[in-house]
Amino acid sequence: MTPLNAVLDNLDQFFKAFGYTLFLFLVCAVASMALGALLVAMRVGPIGVLRKVAAVYVSLVRNTPLVLIFIFFHFAAPIIGINFKWVQIYVGSFDFTSAFATAFIALSLYTSCFVCEALRSGVNAVSIGQAEAARAIGLPFSGVMTQVVLPQALRASVPPLASALIAMLKNTSVAGIFFLAEATATMRGLSNDFSSQRLGIFLCFAIGYIVLVEIVSMISLSFERRWRIA
Amino acid sequence: MRLRKAFAATAVTLIAATGLVACGDAGDDKAGRDVEAKNDCDDKFEAGSRMAAIADAGTINVGVKYDQPGLGFKGATDDVPSGFDIEVAKLLVADLCIDPASDKVNWEETISDNREPYLESGKVDIVLASYSITEDRQKVVGQAGPYMVTGQRILVKSDSDVKSVDDLKGKEVCSVTGSTSLDRIKEKGAKGVGADSYSECAEKVLDGTYVAMTTDGTILAGLAAQNEGELKVVGDEFSEENIGVGYGKDKPEMCEWINGVLSDAFEDGSWAEAFELTLGPSGVETPEPPALLPCK
Amino acid sequence: MAASVLFDAPGPRTQVRHRIYSVAASAAIVVVIAYALWKLNDDGQFEYALWEPFLTPDFITALLVDGLVTTVTMAVGAIIGAVVFGFVFGVAKMSDHRFIRWPAWIVVEFFRAMPVLLLMIFLYFGFFVSTQGGFLWIDQRGGFFAVVIALTCYNGSVLAEVVRAGVAAVPKGQAEAAYAIGMRKTQVMTLILLPQAVKVMLPAIISQMVVALKDTSLGYAVAAPGLTKVGQSIYKEFHNQVPTAFVLAVLYVGLNLLLTLLATWIQKRFVGEKKIDIVAAAAGIDKDRA
Repeated sequence: MTPLNAVLDNLDQFFKAFGYTLFLFLVCAVASMALGALLVAMRVGPIGVLRKVAAVYVSLVRNTPLVLIFIFFHFAAPIIGINFKWVQIYVGSFDFTSAFATAFIALSLYTSCFVCEALRSGVNAVSIGQAEAARAIGLPFSGVMTQVVLPQALRASVPPLASALIAMLKNTSVAGIFFLAEATATMRGLSNDFSSQRLGIFLCFAIGYIVLVEIVSMISLSFERRWRIA
Repeated sequence: MRLRKAFAATAVTLIAATGLVACGDAGDDKAGRDVEAKNDCDDKFEAGSRMAAIADAGTINVGVKYDQPGLGFKGATDDVPSGFDIEVAKLLVADLCIDPASDKVNWEETISDNREPYLESGKVDIVLASYSITEDRQKVVGQAGPYMVTGQRILVKSDSDVKSVDDLKGKEVCSVTGSTSLDRIKEKGAKGVGADSYSECAEKVLDGTYVAMTTDGTILAGLAAQNEGELKVVGDEFSEENIGVGYGKDKPEMCEWINGVLSDAFEDGSWAEAFELTLGPSGVETPEPPALLPCK
Repeated sequence: MAASVLFDAPGPRTQVRHRIYSVAASAAIVVVIAYALWKLNDDGQFEYALWEPFLTPDFITALLVDGLVTTVTMAVGAIIGAVVFGFVFGVAKMSDHRFIRWPAWIVVEFFRAMPVLLLMIFLYFGFFVSTQGGFLWIDQRGGFFAVVIALTCYNGSVLAEVVRAGVAAVPKGQAEAAYAIGMRKTQVMTLILLPQAVKVMLPAIISQMVVALKDTSLGYAVAAPGLTKVGQSIYKEFHNQVPTAFVLAVLYVGLNLLLTLLATWIQKRFVGEKKIDIVAAAAGIDKDRA
């Protein structure tokens, strides 16, 4: 028995587990960036009410533990009629049902706040002259944002944005304690079945995560390089 | 500034809440049997046995569950857990001349994954945590009893059409991550969903996310009783679980002692009384005491 | 950049339009909140029975003592550990010796790139499940230590980066002057660079404490005590998930806002404008490799 038997004999489980992790990461990345962009537009926009709403939302949600958000959507929300049991998508051997959908909502809502903050730091990094010049040529707020400020802000916010997404990738593990058989839950199941190989199993899954994290950080690096202002 | 205001609001809310404390009165005391400690320990146990050592020390660590109503449950403000496992544990504790109601008994919460490690390391002396006797487990720990026989069944909503495990093929069925129940329901063709605890599964069955959950019938009965009229236990038992007492494998002398205490309790009616008191309200009829397995 | 740079000072027509937007947005928000309240009320979520535990002295004590205090103890323990960890590995990463620098780099990278929950679960089921609880005055089970140690490793490796960034933020002349008066490498680090770096790092350390405080709730997975655990046992007993989630959120958010406030105050009081952005510091490692 090598110390890695448990993982080698269950490679299908291992990859399926990381499949869930990766899928969850991808859909949450898209959703949280979209929601984060909306939030940052509200946050820096001219409508006072929306500015306040976005600020309050961000400071409330980012100060709430993710586990609590999961608990809310899993155990509190169904009581008041919010549930995701209608989600039933089957792709190959992957089941995307309520556990996945709930994780998606909870993670996206949570991460969007950090995305918003990352983008805001990017907006702050755009030099004032750029926005002034944009206004001078007569662009309205939407034009200033979409044509001039946000493209540059995105460039400046690649590093903090990557941090937020990497944190989210690691946070997908929380879904593992809430009904989703992703990597962390699978590690727990395997360690339970092969308790003598706990360390090996743990290292395999840790390395799985590290590889994913490194891939995301390399992608962000290549964007950073491509968009670097000469 | 915004933060300061938000904090002030929070503080005001907290102070207001504390100001109102006098009027709340939630929670109730859980009844349990009064079990008196014996006082014949001076020469009851063979010198050098684990029982003698525990009786001498006057304290004992007992591993039980905290989240299974009727078997082992402890609310946020309860000092001690309650349930059938606890009642049986009290009989054993009392036999060691330790007052089960005193703080000489240290109730440790054990969850499904940590029962063996707790026993192996000696962190707990005995485990009564709906701990089914299996050959795999007996390789690493000692198990005596059983003090209860149960089997894996299915818990569904009261208005559900599910009648047996055969109706669950291809459906998502909840159980606890790493439990044998989860493996077995997968073998039966259902899609197993792993949760952190049985009560979480029950929540998800109640809100309709999962059609059913599965584990030992007595656990399900406890959950059904806690949600009377909303959940029901259906189908035949599709496994037989002998629920026993776990002890350290290196202390084989404990087996005969545990079986002795159990068989006394079977005879003098205290076992039936404990069952009636804890699982009776869930609608489980008090069965005949199970046949004890011989010690190896 | 101030928000106002992004748009012109509104003229009379735009002002009207903005006012309309504001009113519409406010109306929408009011409608959403009113609907939520109505829905909650309709579902009976405001019934006294569901809220009663939070007005009962026993449960308030449980929430505040078993919950809040334990949670804060875990977070403080983790942060103290993380600061030590961060200094040791942060300095080690700046070492001139390759055989110190590389292992330190591997350790920091390992703990930073892995979910803290994975580490927590491994520690708990691999070690702490089988250890006797109790340390100093803290009488707790293994879950407590699994949380504290996992958070120490994770936050420590983030702080290692902060330490490095903090030292890098000290003006170069400081080290040069120290060498010029004949100080050794160790002396320069301990007497000149680190003390100045600490001042700059304080707010970052407190921000990290917010992270640690939130992450203590991951102890949910390893039967650790704390606010989330107390809340869990309350809603399991009373089936009042909505009120419990609300109360827990208020406690966590309140505590975190308090810490953020503290960080801001320390920033103003001790550091002034100079600031280490923790996000940037955490992302900094990527820049190094670029």
